[in-house]
Amino acid sequence: MIASLSLILLCQLVGEVVVRGLNLPMPGPVIGLLLLLVLLLARDRFAVLARGPLQGPLQADVVEGASRGLLAHLSLLFIPAGVGVVQKLDLLAEHGIAILLILLASVVITLLMTVATFLLASRLLARGEDRP
Amino acid sequence: MSDNPFSLWVYLSQSPLLWLTVTLLTYAIADAVSLATHRHPLANPVLHSMWIIGAFLLLTGTSYTTYFGGAQFVHFLLGPATVALAVPLYENRKVVAAAILPMLVALVVGSITAIVSVVLLAQAAGLPRAIILSLAPKSVTAGVAMGISESLHADPSLTAVAVVLTGIMGAIIVTPLMNRARITDFRARGFAVGLAAHGIGTARAFQVDAVAGVFAGIAMSLNALVTSLLVPIAVTFLIR
Repeated sequence: MIASLSLILLCQLVGEVVVRGLNLPMPGPVIGLLLLLVLLLARDRFAVLARGPLQGPLQADVVEGASRGLLAHLSLLFIPAGVGVVQKLDLLAEHGIAILLILLASVVITLLMTVATFLLASRLLARGEDRP
Repeated sequence: MSDNPFSLWVYLSQSPLLWLTVTLLTYAIADAVSLATHRHPLANPVLHSMWIIGAFLLLTGTSYTTYFGGAQFVHFLLGPATVALAVPLYENRKVVAAAILPMLVALVVGSITAIVSVVLLAQAAGLPRAIILSLAPKSVTAGVAMGISESLHADPSLTAVAVVLTGIMGAIIVTPLMNRARITDFRARGFAVGLAAHGIGTARAFQVDAVAGVFAGIAMSLNALVTSLLVPIAVTFLIR
């Protein structure tokens, strides 16, 4: 557990260092995600990496298990930021209805546009091939 | 023991222990209710935890800063959880690789739609410029959106609220919306909700279907990249 969490934190730390160091416009944890993905893929190719938290999904204490634990309650992690709404009650009293309706309309439009584009693109590309 | 219950409250209300416990306990109850209703969209655990904790803070006259002193330990885990998305991505790499092109096209179209739609609607509603700027990055995960908002000299704490509200609405509406539109491709459904409603949408997608969850996680990470590039451009073109 500790080794797996350390590996995840280390990936994030390297991500933050890279982002700050190179002044990249992306968040550090996204670089950390790419790094962990590369490590997992490299483990399958190079046996020397398959140790500790990377020894493989069938072992007891590995990064796969720690990650599943973190992701199982992803919604919990948004609550502290969400409770920040108590600081904005005066602004919401003034513009709250408008803001809610705008956000709702925007999220529905975004959902439909994204799903339609995805389906259209995968249909165009899969023409002649077997659908997965 | 304290000789006076009030001094005990003063002590506890300033300690991280109380607010961390309140956050976890409220979520545990909200999540149990959500499970008991077979994950009904309206029993969204984030929505109900938010208003219960918010009401508790208002009733006890506790400031958000004090609350966040305890809750920050939970908030911090947003970063490691983003890194952890590498694992479902790795485990489903074949499904993902097969859909890489539709994903990239949907990413660009969806990301632009998310920003442009909210800015145009807010302008049409005549909202002040500072609020429009704060709403623009609402479809990406909280940490990233607050960073974008800060670089635009908008209000990061309003952005955080817009982000969470967007996530909750997206998570509530996605299942009925996609069912009504008769969309059965869980890759597409997951990708859409991850893009439009970041981590809260992704959490919802994992509840519904594992493949949907993976695609939602990818959409959320990619959108964090694309939106941080697009919002400054969109703002210069759309807001004068």
